[in-house]
Amino acid sequence: MSAANQLYQEVILDHNRKPRNWGKLDDASRHAEGLNPLCGDHIWVYLKLNDKRIEGISFEGQSCAICKASASMMTHAVKGKSIDEALTLGQEFRDMSTGKLDPQSGDHHLGRLTVFAGVRDLPTRVKCAILPWHTLHSAIHSIEQVSTEGEADPVPGAGLERTDHA
Amino acid sequence: MSKAVAATQGASRADDLGFDVERVREDFPILRLKVNDKPLVFLDNAASSQMPQQVIDRYVKYRTSEHANIHRGVHYLSEVATREYEAVRGKVRGLLNAREEREIVYTSGTTESINLVAHGYGRKFIGAGDEIILSVLEHHSNIVPWQMLAEEKGARIRVVPCDDAGELLVEEYRKLFSPRTRFVGLTHVSNALGTVNPVKEMVAIAHAHGVPVLLDGAQAAPHLGVDVQDLDCDFYAFSGHKMCGPTGVGILYGKAEHLQAMQPFKGGGDMILSVTFEKTVYADIPHKFEAGTPPIAEVIGLGAAIDYLQAIGLGAIKAHEDELLRYATDRVGAIEGVRLIGTAGHKAAVLSFEVEGVHPHDVGTLLNEDAVAVRTGHHCAQPVMQRFGVPATARASFAFYNTLQEVDVLVDAIRKVQKVFAG
Repeated sequence: MSAANQLYQEVILDHNRKPRNWGKLDDASRHAEGLNPLCGDHIWVYLKLNDKRIEGISFEGQSCAICKASASMMTHAVKGKSIDEALTLGQEFRDMSTGKLDPQSGDHHLGRLTVFAGVRDLPTRVKCAILPWHTLHSAIHSIEQVSTEGEADPVPGAGLERTDHA
Repeated sequence: MSKAVAATQGASRADDLGFDVERVREDFPILRLKVNDKPLVFLDNAASSQMPQQVIDRYVKYRTSEHANIHRGVHYLSEVATREYEAVRGKVRGLLNAREEREIVYTSGTTESINLVAHGYGRKFIGAGDEIILSVLEHHSNIVPWQMLAEEKGARIRVVPCDDAGELLVEEYRKLFSPRTRFVGLTHVSNALGTVNPVKEMVAIAHAHGVPVLLDGAQAAPHLGVDVQDLDCDFYAFSGHKMCGPTGVGILYGKAEHLQAMQPFKGGGDMILSVTFEKTVYADIPHKFEAGTPPIAEVIGLGAAIDYLQAIGLGAIKAHEDELLRYATDRVGAIEGVRLIGTAGHKAAVLSFEVEGVHPHDVGTLLNEDAVAVRTGHHCAQPVMQRFGVPATARASFAFYNTLQEVDVLVDAIRKVQKVFAG
């Protein structure tokens, strides 16, 4: 099966059609905006943090199926987790998407997120899958806007201005 | 009988002009490529076109037996390189029907051509409170240089709107002129939609106000016959790599009196008459804009591309591309759940479309499964995307070496995308 056919399978198409945790979070304590200029992906991630734990999370925006499904599954995966656990998961997801982490190895916490493993063979789409995780990282650190322009695996929020917490 | 065969029945104009697409395709080695074990269907020509063997051979011949720096040595190779390099100016003059060869400036591409005018002309003649008219259909390369200038000088940009078909509203354009209008920048053909703008009429309107006009011809030069004297434009910019030539070379045509009045943009060698620390005297046009060692092989390659296109005949090329556009518009437009974006009456062979419920980037990735190469994204024309309320589109752009059968492959591939997403 080709890389693209492997990626556009039911689980991803389903999250694209019916994204989980979609919309604004009314009592969000932080949020961040993510942009992928190549694709036109444009998403917002809203967070409600409580004692270093992600109590609530949602997202919205306009994006391709890979980005939307990735965001949907991300919100599902990190809800209820500690900030440190979420950041570790984000790092593992980035490593898997760029081929640095072998999802078969078992030495990770990715679970169902391994359906995105195929994206490593579609270099132009890696950014789409990673954007939600960058945006989550920025929301956690309260960096208002991130962009994946010009970088395959950018350092999240590097060089961007920090803003006050909401 | 396939639909493509049915559509070709009865002699088309391209056939009348002796055009044989299968024979032409043999000139392009890359078209024999297989992607995902399927024959490549290259429909991203508006981004960059492919090179025929004749251009590749010319390039290799230069690299193999003609290379030296130009305008410098008195030795054999320098003379050969200089002669071949300068001879291309004459070919470009002929292609555009410019009055004189010195009105042809070599640049690195359309973007540099426009930046050269923004710096060389704009910074000298546009000041605080002045106005620059651009259209909503411009590529970013004909927006950003003017915005940078406007910001530096305190000038203002005014925008010509378009209708739902993607045609510029000429009456609105007329109303934008004021006593402060100093410059007009217009695209000849929209890269995102394919609209061929009525630039001759628009140039005349600007000239009635005494305002010069730059035309961005990146998408026009490869597909239409361009006559700068007939259009009466003041500047015309285009790129080599969109017309079967190499990347890294482009052209700025400018009326001699404008070029003479302009400041050079880059300083350095080969653009001077004499240099002392007290004063430098610039070379005459066009060399005053060509500082440094230029892309010599690329210029010579562009010359070969012009020879190649002219040997096929720009009329035959246009007739075949018109037929491709008609056929693709009918077939892609007939797919349920597909919306065509850009339906102007006069178009170049560009088909922007949206597949309902599927992001263009997903469309592009899945079309690639069938070896169909299209561009997806905002096409460096975000104002166009905003105008049509879409984040991006998928765009099939045709060249004369594309076939009606390839349109059929595109249509089948789009249907497959819909099937994947229908779940």
